[in-house]
Amino acid sequence: MGVEQENGESEKILPPIEQELADELDAKVKKYLRGEGANLEVLKDKKLRGQLSVREELYGISAKAAAKTEKWLMPSEGGYLETEGLEKTWRIKQEAIGREVDISSSRKQYDIVLPDLGPYTLDFTPSGRYVAVAGRKGHLAVVDMKDMKLIREIQVRETTRDIAFLHNELFFAAAQKKYTYIYNRDGVELHCLKEHGAVSRLQFLRNHFLLASINKYGQLHYQDITTGQMVANFRTGFGRTDVMQVNPFNGVIALGHSGGTVSMWKPTTAAPLVKMLCHPGPITAMAFHPNGHLMATSGKERKIKIWDVRKFEVIQTISGHAKTLDFSQKGLLAAASGSFVQILGDFSGSQTYSRYINHSMVKGYQIGKVLFRPYEDVLGIGHSMGWSSILIPGSGEPNFDTWLANPFETPKQRQEKEIRSLLDKLPPETIMLDPSRIGTVRPPKSREKPTKQEVEAKIEGAIDAAKNVEFKKKTKGRNKPSKRVKKRKEVIEKAKRPFFDQQMEDNPTKKKQKISQVNELPTSLQRFARKKATA
Amino acid sequence: MYLSNRKSKTTFNLLKFNPPSFLLQRLPLLRVSVLKLLLQYRALVPRSLFTCCSCWENSCLRRSAFKTSLLSGLLRSLLLFTLHPHLLHCQLSSSLLFPFWTPPYCRSLKLRMKVKVVSRSTDEFTRERSQDLQRVFRNFDPNLRSQEKAIEYVRAVNAAKLDKIFARPFIGAMDGHIDAVSCMAKNPNYLKGIFSGSMDGDIRLWDMASRRTVCRFPGHQGAIRGLTVSTDGRTLVSCGTDCTVRLWDVPVATLMESDGTDRSPQAVYTGKNSFWNVDHQWEGDLFATAGAQVDIWNHNRSQPVNSFAWGTDTVISIRFNPGEPNLLAASASDRSIILYDLRLQSPARKVIMRTKTNSICWNPMEPMNFTAANEDCNCYSYDARKLDEAKCVHKDHVSAVMDIDYSPTGREFVTGSYDRTVRIFQYNGGHSREIYHTKRMQRVFCVKFSCDASYIISGSDDTNLRLWKAKASEQLGVLLPREKKRHEYHEAIKGRYKHLPEVKRIVRHRHLPKPIYKAGITLREMTEAERRKEERRKAHSAPGSIVKEPLRKRRIIKEVE
Repeated sequence: MGVEQENGESEKILPPIEQELADELDAKVKKYLRGEGANLEVLKDKKLRGQLSVREELYGISAKAAAKTEKWLMPSEGGYLETEGLEKTWRIKQEAIGREVDISSSRKQYDIVLPDLGPYTLDFTPSGRYVAVAGRKGHLAVVDMKDMKLIREIQVRETTRDIAFLHNELFFAAAQKKYTYIYNRDGVELHCLKEHGAVSRLQFLRNHFLLASINKYGQLHYQDITTGQMVANFRTGFGRTDVMQVNPFNGVIALGHSGGTVSMWKPTTAAPLVKMLCHPGPITAMAFHPNGHLMATSGKERKIKIWDVRKFEVIQTISGHAKTLDFSQKGLLAAASGSFVQILGDFSGSQTYSRYINHSMVKGYQIGKVLFRPYEDVLGIGHSMGWSSILIPGSGEPNFDTWLANPFETPKQRQEKEIRSLLDKLPPETIMLDPSRIGTVRPPKSREKPTKQEVEAKIEGAIDAAKNVEFKKKTKGRNKPSKRVKKRKEVIEKAKRPFFDQQMEDNPTKKKQKISQVNELPTSLQRFARKKATA
Repeated sequence: MYLSNRKSKTTFNLLKFNPPSFLLQRLPLLRVSVLKLLLQYRALVPRSLFTCCSCWENSCLRRSAFKTSLLSGLLRSLLLFTLHPHLLHCQLSSSLLFPFWTPPYCRSLKLRMKVKVVSRSTDEFTRERSQDLQRVFRNFDPNLRSQEKAIEYVRAVNAAKLDKIFARPFIGAMDGHIDAVSCMAKNPNYLKGIFSGSMDGDIRLWDMASRRTVCRFPGHQGAIRGLTVSTDGRTLVSCGTDCTVRLWDVPVATLMESDGTDRSPQAVYTGKNSFWNVDHQWEGDLFATAGAQVDIWNHNRSQPVNSFAWGTDTVISIRFNPGEPNLLAASASDRSIILYDLRLQSPARKVIMRTKTNSICWNPMEPMNFTAANEDCNCYSYDARKLDEAKCVHKDHVSAVMDIDYSPTGREFVTGSYDRTVRIFQYNGGHSREIYHTKRMQRVFCVKFSCDASYIISGSDDTNLRLWKAKASEQLGVLLPREKKRHEYHEAIKGRYKHLPEVKRIVRHRHLPKPIYKAGITLREMTEAERRKEERRKAHSAPGSIVKEPLRKRRIIKEVE
């Protein structure tokens, strides 16, 4: 109702409830519009403008339709934790939350204690249904989280540093002592990736089917897992690191280095896209917001910084140490160090993170990895004594899309999805800092250099304008004709100056050439060249 | 989804709770009034609970419940209070019923928060029985789809590639004639039928579905030059170099299966000169023949009802206007295109071009426009009201264009050329959208679009008719809704990214026979050289003395009224 009226006279005053509904709808429509429309006013081609305006209108209609149907398509509301009065959310313990929620949810709080083969690290499938855990001493396991069933566990009897699921739960890669291996769900070793070397961190780029790894020599490898081709192999030159994170928004890989820099990489250029000095000391952890605009880094100097990745600026600095960081789908930030987990949330809407939930594990547990489970209000914690899972209300997206990530996927659906995602596999060139540039037109070239005549005409014009400047009548003595002529000359010179400066910039000076000539002398003859007088 | 919001749950749980059976048995015996009971327990029950219970009781009374039920309700709550303190605390602590009073254990736990977490039961999200369809949930949030634009672009490239893979336009050849096919006519009343006439005087009716001859119409002594069918689909008119016009009965659609029968003409009219073309009026029973002059005939008369002549040259092609039945366009060998109006005594207008026009076709959806297939490799679209300038020039053929036919949709037309290819153009497109050729196809003399706009028939020098798909990669047969949706999606994304170099390259690429490819290059070189020469001439003459005319005007010599 509100929308129709909004289309018509905007001045019309709506009843309060309808106004509220219209505002709510507007916010939703904005989400689906994916940014501003193109500015068609500047187009001279009438036909093109007409066609594009029709298209823009269609985008608006579809966004509105999506916003309106949201109510029916997405019936589940997200989780929340609200307190009354003086109570604070961060004082609420996991036990209290567990008592309040339903039985099936309270089952998601658990500690799995495996003291022998820890510390553990973990990885979820994009649907959040399966988890792969890897113990440092070679214990690998895949667990179905829906019915809490262990699918397979193997003991590789080797140091295992990281584990990552490939495109679905059937395959996972484990970074072991010397090489990286790919296993299938039954624990059968399928491939040994010798080229990667002793890998410390693994990441899988789902859209591109690329397995990225950083090894102990600081080499970054990208391997296409569909063809087995090594797409890229870069020496980062920043030394050994085990801080690597994919920006899910654009597929760019960020590495955190011991010098405090963060470098961002894509597989098609051997030099980093971005090098930013984030902390004065080594970087301990890094995480990206799912919408790709925010990055969180933490340094050894006990600071967590939130960055705007579009502007490469710090938004917020939070004091505190974090050995591991992770953003949830709804934008909560988990930071853990020692045996303490802190969840930060952005509740003001102005991208300032404040504490939301605190959780302390048993003293002595060293947390190695925190990871939010997608589409669930659950945080997975890998620590030195096994792995745990706690409830963080409001962290996960409540509504899943069957065609994107389905927690209730059947084998048939999984097969179909595998084929579809392979058809839509992106080439490595599509990884770039601003992925919205794909499919856009290059802006028109800047005009070529003005010709000599044009420049002269411009200078003439400027001189004429300077000649005709009216001077103020000055006091006696300063208004002499000679002074006025001098002043006039100065004004003309001033008007000419920018043009000459421009010319100087365009044509390199002869002096500089001379100096270079001196340098070009063979080394044996350079001592005879005239030396600069020492000051 | 399970809701653990305690505020709303409090009352429900109270109502659902069943008192122990021994209490229920005794209840009818307890003839104590509610108030008395309340008073009795007053000391025990806090004031707020007392008021709450009485309120609740009142509401029950309003609902005309049993007294016993009231009693049981009250007892129930008391029972809850005394027997199950933990439960009560959980349910009531967060409610507003006790603003002042909280039991001591509640104070210690401080539970006033509201919590909800995402919790999905498998039953809600999966199908009940294996025969059911899988349940589908959608969330169109852009944040969940990273790099969607890149994915869409990759899909567009793939769609363009798939289009190329599935481009199999040639369906089959229809052979039977023993000389070159010179003309064709489609039956407006019967989709599958197509008539063809050949240079040896043979006329055949073909069934396009089975690609076989249905029947033959023998009688002509020389080459057939023109064929046309009346709008009702009953009469076939043929004319040829033997100076006769013959009218034939078209066999009824049901009889079409019978093969090999020869038909005899319904009427034979003889003229003085050989005929070059014939066309039937869209509404009415007149038909026009072209030759030394334009003759207008009636079905029932052996002499033309009207004759037009403008100059002495032969008229080679003629077409009636689909919208205005009395208007017809003809092209003559003096390089002119002439418009006739049957209501006037003399031809209406004439435009003379630099080269001869071989064939003309009116746009059936915009009947004021027609397109002329010219000898100079181009087609020219004209507005019949404004003949001093062509609306559009359709370039791409490398030899004379022999025949042209519009699709019934009026959005595109097909041309056959002497360069052994068939091309499809948009009605307003400067270049062709598609080119068809085979190794064995020779000079194309006639082309037709089928009446459902999905097939193209070409007749060529190699005595064959060929059947093509109008859209090279179209899937034939009945499509499932899913398939249809998929095709539509592919079309849409191809359209969206058609300007990007990769997509454009794939969509535009056609494999051409070497002679045509070379001829195209030569032709382009020639036009380029001409353009350069013109530019130089312009640069070295007085400013304004040479005015460059657009190609739309350049090929027109003059317009005569």
